[in-house]
Amino acid sequence: MDIFLQQLINGLTLGSIYGLIAIGYTMVFGIIGMVNFAHGDVFMVSAFIALICVLLLTTVVGISSIFLVLAITLVVAMAFTGLVSWAIERLAYRPLRGSFRLAPMISAIGMSIFLSNFVQVAQGPRNKPLPPMVPDVIVLMERDGYQVTLAYKQILIMAVTAGLLFGFWWLVQKTPLGRAQRACEQDRKMAALLGINVDRTISLTFVIGAALAAVAGVLYLMYYGVVNFADGFVPGVKAFTAAVLGGIGSLPGAVLGGLLIGLIETFWSAYFSIEYKDVAAFSILVVVLIFMPQGLLGRPEVEKV
Amino acid sequence: MSATAPATPLLAVRGVKTYYGNIIALKGVDVDIHEGEIVTLIGANGAGKSTLMMTICGAPQARDGTVRFAGRDITRLPTHEIMRLRIAQSPEGRRIFPRMSVYENLQMGAALEGGSHFAADLERMFEMFPRLKERIHQRGGTLSGGEQQMLAIARALMSRPRLLLLDEPSLGLAPLVVRQIFDAIRLLNETEGLTVFLVEQNAYHALKLAHRGYVMVNGVITMSGTGADLLARPEVRSAYLDGGH
Repeated sequence: MDIFLQQLINGLTLGSIYGLIAIGYTMVFGIIGMVNFAHGDVFMVSAFIALICVLLLTTVVGISSIFLVLAITLVVAMAFTGLVSWAIERLAYRPLRGSFRLAPMISAIGMSIFLSNFVQVAQGPRNKPLPPMVPDVIVLMERDGYQVTLAYKQILIMAVTAGLLFGFWWLVQKTPLGRAQRACEQDRKMAALLGINVDRTISLTFVIGAALAAVAGVLYLMYYGVVNFADGFVPGVKAFTAAVLGGIGSLPGAVLGGLLIGLIETFWSAYFSIEYKDVAAFSILVVVLIFMPQGLLGRPEVEKV
Repeated sequence: MSATAPATPLLAVRGVKTYYGNIIALKGVDVDIHEGEIVTLIGANGAGKSTLMMTICGAPQARDGTVRFAGRDITRLPTHEIMRLRIAQSPEGRRIFPRMSVYENLQMGAALEGGSHFAADLERMFEMFPRLKERIHQRGGTLSGGEQQMLAIARALMSRPRLLLLDEPSLGLAPLVVRQIFDAIRLLNETEGLTVFLVEQNAYHALKLAHRGYVMVNGVITMSGTGADLLARPEVRSAYLDGGH
């Protein structure tokens, strides 16, 4: 029971991070039908932007309040990562739109390799550590020397994720921008016939997806206290798995899929074997693709025409 | 009305050639539409009627020739900028956003309008098509064909267009619904002077409604004249009207 509760907390924390990244995959797929393989590396880049920002703020600027540092870092990382993603779309994907279907995906794989190699060269290949931030924990229960803890940073991760998802939901459902975004997703040609600038809407989709991945990057850095140029790959593929599990194209599905992948991974580590936790997560991808390709909340393709 | 039409047309299509890849769909088309007119374009399936509608909107763009709207050359403008000049289209196949509510579809129609007239315009649409009011929270994809057609027209009107392009509003609809839609078009033209370009296979009703008409065959305009004039021509009768209406 104690282990179960502890893994539930850990799983939801990890799942929040996967969910935030998964939204970027699912939104881009929804609007242009492309898997943005570089998205995981955009997440990794955001963690490096956060690392640099935290170090600058704590050492050069000398801000002592850790929450102020995190808040500023969040905004800076979202802005810069959004910019990076905007540039990627503009340079590597847009010129290939209208080309054959695989072209932008190949370009995305190239972008992924470029980003991780660029960070490796620019920042060095070793792990980049940060001194622990927000180290306090709450002990929820204790029995036979086993403590079930809830760390402040776990609370922070879940709270930031929940708040952000609410804001994001509001943006997509209630604002003209979100409406234009959904219109482009459902029928790009018709959206243009209603005066919507489709290219600009697609750019914004990339920027929003990257901003959410940047939040995940900041939270990841705070949680693990370390980042490495190769860290885009595994979380990226897991978030993609989450998007597929939830039903690619579905925003609630991405969040649900993220939480499920996080939970599966932590429970597998606790009850079976920690070495095989990635195998467990990726086996799900295979099983879902075979037996349930539309995912949990994906829509079956029946519509009246 | 056509006899007293002003000299510069609201829409002037001149020598327009449109291709799909290497296949030519429009082989040099000339069409004029004056302010306050209802003009119809009739022709068989595959004649290029919808292509002309879409070419006016820049999707695809004409490879040759010009499209001028209100005196301005719009041939090379991107689609969304053309629509911002207050051209609205209810396209072939209706293209309702299936996973948006009726209300959201109408909001999309008003996307260019800025929202200042939204409530009043919405009321007007409900008066014209009361069915839409009953369905307001329903998803577009769950509407019947007739309801979708009404929604497509209402969505186009929400932008307060200077020129309304209607592509086959009668397709697949019950005669009663067709009459309802044609009555609505006539009313808008008579009361508000709305300029309409109507593409139809239902030639009889279209020519009855329109001030002027064009006949298109294989990407070429073969005949033009007033609606009554075209209706009386034997070649129009035999090609488009025989077999009932």
